[in-house]
Amino acid sequence: MRIIASGCLMILVMATPDGAIAKNTGNIFISNEKSSTISVLGPDDEIVETIETCARPRGMHFSHDRTQFYVGCADDSIIAIYDVARRDLVQRIRGVEEPETFDLHPNGKHLYISNEEDAAATLYDVESGEFLDEFETGEEPEGVQVTSDGKLVFVASEAANLVHVIDTEAGEVIEDILVDTRPRRFALNKHETELWVSAELAGMVNIIDLESFELIGDIELLPTGFRKEQVTPVDLLITADGRRAYIALGRANHVAVVDVESRKVEKYILVGSRPWGLALTHDEKKLYVANGLSDDISIIDTDSLKVTKSLPVGLVPYGILIDDH
Amino acid sequence: MITSGMTTSLGFGRPSKNVSLYRRVCGFLSAGVLCLLIALPAAEAQAKKKKERTPFAFTYVSRADDPYYETRRAYTGLTLREKKRPIDGVHAGLREVRVLGRRVGLAFDLDAVELGEGETAIDAVESAIADGHAVFVLDLPLDEMTALAEATVNRDILLFDVRHPDTELRRTFCPGHLFYMRPSRAMVADALAQYLREKGWRNVLMLNGPEEADARDADAFRSAAEKFGLTIVAEQDFILSNDPRNRDRNNIALMTGEPDHDVIFLTDNLGEFGRYVPFATYLARPVVGSEGLIASGWHWTWERHGAPQLNQRFYRKAERNMVATDWAAWAAVKSVVEAISRTEATKPADLRTFLTSDAFILDTYKGAPGSFRRWNRQLRQPILLHTHNAVIERAPLPQFLHATNQLDTLGLDQPDSDCR
Repeated sequence: MRIIASGCLMILVMATPDGAIAKNTGNIFISNEKSSTISVLGPDDEIVETIETCARPRGMHFSHDRTQFYVGCADDSIIAIYDVARRDLVQRIRGVEEPETFDLHPNGKHLYISNEEDAAATLYDVESGEFLDEFETGEEPEGVQVTSDGKLVFVASEAANLVHVIDTEAGEVIEDILVDTRPRRFALNKHETELWVSAELAGMVNIIDLESFELIGDIELLPTGFRKEQVTPVDLLITADGRRAYIALGRANHVAVVDVESRKVEKYILVGSRPWGLALTHDEKKLYVANGLSDDISIIDTDSLKVTKSLPVGLVPYGILIDDH
Repeated sequence: MITSGMTTSLGFGRPSKNVSLYRRVCGFLSAGVLCLLIALPAAEAQAKKKKERTPFAFTYVSRADDPYYETRRAYTGLTLREKKRPIDGVHAGLREVRVLGRRVGLAFDLDAVELGEGETAIDAVESAIADGHAVFVLDLPLDEMTALAEATVNRDILLFDVRHPDTELRRTFCPGHLFYMRPSRAMVADALAQYLREKGWRNVLMLNGPEEADARDADAFRSAAEKFGLTIVAEQDFILSNDPRNRDRNNIALMTGEPDHDVIFLTDNLGEFGRYVPFATYLARPVVGSEGLIASGWHWTWERHGAPQLNQRFYRKAERNMVATDWAAWAAVKSVVEAISRTEATKPADLRTFLTSDAFILDTYKGAPGSFRRWNRQLRQPILLHTHNAVIERAPLPQFLHATNQLDTLGLDQPDSDCR
């Protein structure tokens, strides 16, 4: 339980309108694709609630001020918006075709969404719920990444092996970059000069130079005892200091720890079955891993690079949000 | 006269994704004229874009009035086994690759050739080659297919067979430009045998149908049983009959009484007799093969590896479930386009080199990357073991190891084939 330092602050909290200071609860939200629920963990990593959501919740994202979070429900074609502190549903944006993942523009309003079965990415105003624009992509778009200056949005088409680059001002796709087989998710390096993209079926991460939009490097992932085709990387994160990357390796049941500068794998950490989703705490001391086929999450201490806890959640956990700042 | 079927050129006349935005806007606008004003420039821009791309054609070669596709009606007019032309799989593949076309500067086209009486596949293919076409998806009777492959063996073209599962082809017939997209009978039988082995259902009673195809399926299973250590305790040939004088060949209980067994392997390509076997056997035993648990190259209920997306895409346009032959045709298109995008070449010789190299990866949507066996150009792929409405297992099962590629535990591995 958090200790509130001053009585003044306490009064302020009670006096402000609903949801105004409704963050930093220490809670962790995990979307469970198959059970259509969100498991909520408290700051001590125990389940405090299981929220029933719309059908097939996958991608999640905080609102700009982090008082709310968005959940994409693919089978209901809805973006559901929840209040972080109260954990109740505040709004639905309907008619969003099979949303998979999404990213929020720095203006806090524009949500870029991958529409899995539509071969398209769409842009919605998340405040008004209004549909604004649509971009043709290859089949099965998944990963979406907005640059921090909001100028570019990257969308990965899994079935077309393409990364599409959307110019947000021009409102169109300006480049289609061919990458290795089945690109899924993205990470930007610290100065946003490189875009890292996981190529699931090629068992590697491709690195794209963001000035030339050319492929400038690869990281091959291969834990001991595995064959190349058994390594299926999905989610990846780069730490805030830009030094280290974590990559979830899907069917290889490990998380790879990579030194960003040298692009070398430092370690492989054994987690649960088919890890896909990753999330770091704000202090980056803990890494949460969603294991889709063992219905649990693994919590890794990033100093020792060991799993300190595994916890069962709902069916086929997908994504993780951590409300700790 | 060779009749060229409907030529569908992607992009022309079809509403593109960019147009859907206007569709939403027009939903609110009552004036149809306004919609038209928006649509015309959009369609024109689309057509303009297409004009910048070089056409690249896939030619689908089939025979009209092919007895293989004649719907056979069982007693009381029932249709039990319906074969669909895999051209729908080609359409599905072409729709998927249009954005890749944008990237590589090609407009992928389909030329559907339907041979009439007196017309030969060889003539049709020569004519297509004269038009600059170089990639052919074949839906032809066996002798026509092999004749075509032999006649064109020195031409710079690619042939994809999406129809024939005969193991003998993979063993002895392997011209360098011919690719086999469907799993062979051996691969399918091996998949089933691996599963039976893993379950411990080692003693098998075979029920064999009278058709040629049944005999071949039975042969494949016998080989698979030997390969994976199953014991065939007995074989019974059945016929479709109610005559009690033939009870030893038509009475299910009688044929499945003894010797004791764990499972029944049934071959029945016509489907009329076999559908009565499950639950009519003397002992309570599962049925596999043509009924019960079936091994195929694809199933519409596979729920992993992106399969639901592929099945949805197919269903929305074809208005039916995707079957293994559709998948094989789809895979042919995807393989060629993958080769083009990786090599940036369109010459068949270059594509062929890439397709048979270690660099080629096909996303099979079945959980393992597809590639072509260098010795016989059979597409390596997982096999799905399914009932009518669920996939029970995916082969190869993890317990079966291989020195280089686990997918080669299914079908003719390099030493098993005469092809080099």
